Formats: sequence, C-alpha cells, structure tokens
Amino acid sequence: MNLSNSEILLSIEDLHASVEDKKILYGVNLIVREGEIHAIMGPNGSGKSTLSKIIAGHPSYKVISGSIKFKGINILELEPEKRARIGIFLGFQYPVEIPGVSNLEFLRVSTNSRRNELGKSELDTFEFEELVTESLKIVEMDPAFLERSVNEGFSGGEKKRNEILQMALLDPLVAILDETDSGLDIDALRVVASGITKLSNPNSATILITHYQRLLNEVTPDFVHIMANGKIIKTGNKELAMDIEKSGYELINKRTKKKEVAK
Amino acid sequence: MNQTNTVEEIVSQPYKYGFVTDIETEKIPKGLNKEVIRLISNKKKEPEFLLNFRLRAYDQWLKMEEPDWSGLSYTKIDYQDLVYYAAPKKDIKKQSLDEVDPKLLDTFEKLGIPLSEQKRLTNVAVDAVFDSVSIATTYKEKLAEHGVIFCSISEAVSKYPELIEKYLGTVVPINDNFFAALNSAVFSDGSFVFIPKNVNCPMELSSYFRINSGDTGQFERTLIIAEEFSSVSYLEGCTAPMFDTNTLHAAVVELVALDQAAIKYSTVQNWYAGNEKGVGGIYNFVTKRGECRGRRSKISWSQVETGSAITWKYPSCILQGDESIGEFYSIALTNNLQKADTGTKMIHIGKNTKSKIVSKGISAGKSKNSYRGLVSISPNAVGSRNYSQCDSMLIGDEAAANTYPYIQSKQPQSNIEHEASTCRISEDQLFYLQSRGIDFEEAVSMIISGFCSDVFNELPMEFASEADKLLALKLEGSVG
Ligand SMILES: Nc1ncnc2c1ncn2[C@@H]1O[C@H](COP(=O)(O)OP(=O)(O)OP(=O)(O)O)[C@@H](O)[C@H]1O
Ligand SMILES: [Mg+2]
Repeated sequence: MNLSNSEILLSIEDLHASVEDKKILYGVNLIVREGEIHAIMGPNGSGKSTLSKIIAGHPSYKVISGSIKFKGINILELEPEKRARIGIFLGFQYPVEIPGVSNLEFLRVSTNSRRNELGKSELDTFEFEELVTESLKIVEMDPAFLERSVNEGFSGGEKKRNEILQMALLDPLVAILDETDSGLDIDALRVVASGITKLSNPNSATILITHYQRLLNEVTPDFVHIMANGKIIKTGNKELAMDIEKSGYELINKRTKKKEVAK
Repeated sequence: MNQTNTVEEIVSQPYKYGFVTDIETEKIPKGLNKEVIRLISNKKKEPEFLLNFRLRAYDQWLKMEEPDWSGLSYTKIDYQDLVYYAAPKKDIKKQSLDEVDPKLLDTFEKLGIPLSEQKRLTNVAVDAVFDSVSIATTYKEKLAEHGVIFCSISEAVSKYPELIEKYLGTVVPINDNFFAALNSAVFSDGSFVFIPKNVNCPMELSSYFRINSGDTGQFERTLIIAEEFSSVSYLEGCTAPMFDTNTLHAAVVELVALDQAAIKYSTVQNWYAGNEKGVGGIYNFVTKRGECRGRRSKISWSQVETGSAITWKYPSCILQGDESIGEFYSIALTNNLQKADTGTKMIHIGKNTKSKIVSKGISAGKSKNSYRGLVSISPNAVGSRNYSQCDSMLIGDEAAANTYPYIQSKQPQSNIEHEASTCRISEDQLFYLQSRGIDFEEAVSMIISGFCSDVFNELPMEFASEADKLLALKLEGSVG
C-alpha cells in the first residue's frame, strides 16, 4: 500500500535512550502515517517495550539523543498525560493493577481528559455509562468489570481486553499495542483483533508489537519492522513476518549482517 | 522529574483553616488546682455530683504520670501554663441562632458548616463547639419529636442530670489514664446524645469542634447513649488556627450501646499540624471508648486523621454483651514532622463477640505513623473472632510507618487473624494513570484514595464525598 502522501503522525529519528544508566536504544528510526498499520517484532529484550514507553513518556527512560515528533511537534518535553490527551495511546504489555480505584471512574476520568483536549463536553457518570456500554461490546467484556478495581485480579486476557476498551474510549491517533496478543486464547485473540480493526480508521495509525504471526493474520500490517539490540534492523511487508515465523530471528539477523558486510 | 518530591509537594498543601476569629473571650487565669475546678464547675452551675466527680478525677490525676510509652517524643506540656476555661464573652448559649454572635456564625460558615436555617446541611444535625463552648445545635426540635436528645453536655448536665450521673465515667473511668483523668477534672463542653429505645435516629448527628484560642487547653467530653434496639450515626469534625505554640486537646468520648443497639462514630480530624519545621500544631491526646454493654450491640469507629502535630488516640470497644460487634476503620495521613500513634483496642469479654480492624496509614515527609492495636480475648469469650488488616503507604524516603499488633488471648476457642502490608506509590501505577490522560496530581490522589477505599466505604453517606476530599484536606486543599 502506498500511503506516502498522507500525513505523518509519528516520526522518530535516530533515537538513543537509556534506563538506569544502561543504554537500550541505539538509533531508532520510524515513520508512521495516517491509516497505516505497523508491526514491530524482535527478540526478547531488544527494546520494543522501551521504545513504546519512551513514546508515551515514561519518566524512568532517558532520551540521550534523537527526536520523537507527533504531527510535526516535538513531544519529548510533554508530560505523559499531555501525550495521551493529544492522541497517543499505549496498550501495556503488563497492565498495572491499581487497588481500590474503580475501573469505571478511572475510565471516565481518562475519557474526559481526552474529550476535553478535543473540545468535547465532559461526560457525567450517567452519560459515560452509555458510552462505555457501547465500547464494551467491541471487546465483548462483561460490564461487571467496570465495578472492579482497575485491573486488580483480572486474568491476563481480561487485562488485555481492558486495554482495548481504553483504546476504544480514548479514540487515539496513534495506538501502540505492546503484545496485546500475548496470553490470549484463540477466541480472545479474535475479539481483540476485530476490536483493533474496528477501531482503526483512515486518520489514525496502529503499531502492533508482537511475537506472533497469528495476530498479523487477523490484522494485516502495511509494514513489518524487526528490532534487534535497540535498533530497527529491517523493514518489510507482511511477508517478512511470515519469514520470521518460519526461520526465526537468528537467520534473518545473519542475512542482514551478510548484506551489510557485502555493502 | 523527581516524582517523590512532586508527590510530597502535593501532600503538603497549606492549611486552609488557620484563621483566627477576633472575638472577645472570657478566660479564667492560667493554672490548675482545686479552686480552678470549683470555678469551672461554678461557672457552669453544675450539680454537686459533678463537682465531686471532677475533684476525684483531679486527685487521681495528681497521682498519675504522663505517659511516654507511646514512643512519641514531644516538648513536655506545662500544665500550670494552660488556661482551662475560655468562652466567647457575649453570653454562652443562646436560645435561637439569631442571637448568636454573627462572627461565630461566619466562622463556622467559613469552615463549611453553615448553621443558619437557610443554609444548614440537610439531614445532618450539627452541634457547633467554639473553643470550650457549644454555640448552637441545629434540628433540635425535629430530633426531639423522635425522643432523641442532641445537645451540649453542659445543657445535658442541667436538663438531664440523672442520665449524666448514670453514664458519665462508666466507660472511661476517671483514673483510666493521665489525659482522661485531666479531662474528667476540667472538661468544659462537648456533645451529648441520647437515643431512646427502639428509635433509629432520623438524621446524621455531627459535632464540629473549633479551637480558636492559642493557649487554651481543649477538654471536650462527649457521651453517646443508645438504648435497646436503637441506632445512630455520629460524625465529629475539627479544625484550629495556626499558632506557633502547641495547643493541648485532650478529649474523652464515651459510647454506650445497650441490647441490639448500634452506634457508628466517625471522625474527620484536621487540626492544625504545625508548620513544615514542626513548630506549632495541636497535641491531640484523646481517649475514645465504646462499650457494647448489651447483647448483639454494635459499635463502629471510623476515623480520618490528617491533622495535629501529635496524635495519640486509640478508639476502643469493650465487647461486653454476647455476640456484640466492634469495628475500627482508620485512615491516618501524616506529613512533615507530624507524629501519629493511633490504633484501637478490642476487648472481647462476651461470648461469640466479633471485631474487625482496618487501618490505613499514609506517611510523607519526615513524619512517623504508627498503628498500635490490642486484641484481647478473655477466658469467657468463647467463639470470639477478630480480623485485623493494617496497611501502610510510604511517600518519600524519610517517612516511617510502624505496626504494633498486640494479641492477648486467654480463650483457645477463638480466632484471630492479622494481616499487614507496606507499600509505596509505584512509578508504574502513576505512569499508567498518566498515560491515560490523568494528570500527576490527580493520579496521586486517585492511588491514595484507592488505598483508602476500604475505609471510605465505611464512612456515612452524607460524608462520603467529604471524605474523599479528605485527602483533599491535604491533597487538593479544599473541603466541601
Ligand atoms: N527499568 C529498567 N531497568 C533496567 N533495565 C531495563 C528496564 N527496562 C528495560 N530494561 C532492559 O532493557 C532491555 C529492553 O527491554 P524491553 O522491555 O524494551 O524489551 P522487549 O523488546 O520489549 O522484550 P520482550 O519481547 O521480552 O517484551 C532489556 O534488557 C531490559 O532488561
Ligand atoms: Mg516488551
């Protein structure tokens, strides 16, 4: 698919970053345009979650050099909440439990913060319940989860659905889903995948971080990137993902290196 | 960004209730002796039995040592340097609100407790206590229709002396502890509640204590009696101006629940805590105790403690009646150099008595927050059960939290469970909320609210939102 004329939503240039004095990212480049679906794959520990947390603004991760722009604006100085409000969404690999905080109230406050930014009216409890009831259908989630504390005691799969529910409510422009497919049973995977498809639109983009082809069978990526040792070492289309599934990273890594040497 | 610092900043909102009302007060000279006690009793036109009660207590007090076992260090109080009686000069108790000094009404309105007919809270009757004196009680007539008595203890002494004589000092004996003895000798005013047999009190009752004078000791006395098959929910609130001296507050609260009666006593305490260097603030040394005297009676304490330089307070239940129930739900938030030593005692005497303790301590700055609890099961208390849960949350690296659960069981057929935990607000929790568009300040307050939710749920409906704003008391700096 050639979308190179559409607007660039996210552009990352030569990003180097560290956590606790340990360097993790070594020059990441990535351009994401409206309407695109990207997949980022790569071995454990290669820096995928780190990249996603840095985009969302996690305070522990330090950007050493490089830039991250959202719709042309440098976001590195923005607080995480501001990034969320302007339309950056991170679906967590490990959603956090917050004991005692009502999921419903959390979702409402969160939704209102985004609506506020968009100049939409705040929803009161009653209005919000209507909205959330619709969104629940997308992820086929039981309303009982609204009454519980945020993620507390949720099963792995339930937590992931709750992430997609948040994505539905926040209606982001760039959604980064970090291993949202991990730990899901077949049915849940289909629900989550169809949720992602339903929620994607021509003005937004999705970045799927995944280890498995099975999600990409349901949500077809326009680009597949392979990350290794803190860098995107290869970019291709959906065939690349299939290739990885067959041969593993080791082989691809070697091939890439050979090519580099050949150059 | 240094998150710990920022969390601390949020917890350190300035105290909003530090103003002083400029009003002429009548004070007796500093110092304590039998003459002073006679003078207080005389000013209040008390019956003989009460004067004797005071003098006996004073004799006991002289023999007692100020406690230091609570692990709190503080500048010792000079008891001869305190004023034991202060009251607004222009008459003490008015017949109607129109006659109350408008300055006083303004004061309470500023504190969020409007007393006038038009503005007063619906469904909550309020007894407003200014320094040592009760200045107004709302909804008295409506309560009287149900036979409920809600008035200042001074008024009760003159109108219902037989009830006072029958119950005063029966739950907290005059020689119970140093501060209780002192209170018994010099108590000035406080609230009195009487719920007759078979009556469920039709509205929330609330006392609001306001300390205004700087050098005056505050010795309120509260007595609540719930007769057979009755029930009541009572809330106590408190604030004080900012003085750079320490003010002593040594209250005594006694609750009596007869057969199948239920008393719910909630406190939102926001006395001035002193400044960030630990100068000034209230010393809050309070004895609160309830006796489940009757079968299947129930007493439930819930408290939200955010103020005071030093808090020393253990609302307790004596579970005398068979199958009676005692509960204690507590949130204590300390900051700067505040020290709180709080907890409860559950004394199981009757058979099949049950108690439940849920304590949440939040400590920030260099504060020290201790839970101290005693669960005692006497040989007779067959089939008794206790469940205790004590959770602490630390903010920053310099705050301290301690838990001291004492268990004395002389009854093998009883069941005691204790759980304790300590946590910090994790960066990941904050980031998760922030990444959903929730700003840092709100995220902190959400997590703290969540941490306290088990206790919030126990506060009376009317105060649920106020309680959430409690954190509020410190987090957003606003109170409803
Ligand atoms: N807070 C942290 N402190 C120390 N090291 C960290 C921290 N966060 C990440 N790392 C390290 O950074 C490297 C990259 O981690 P990251 O979570 O980004 O990998 P990933 O590609 O998402 O892996 P996976 O596929 O297993 O999820 C790992 O070596 C990890 O241990
Ligand atoms: Mg990861």
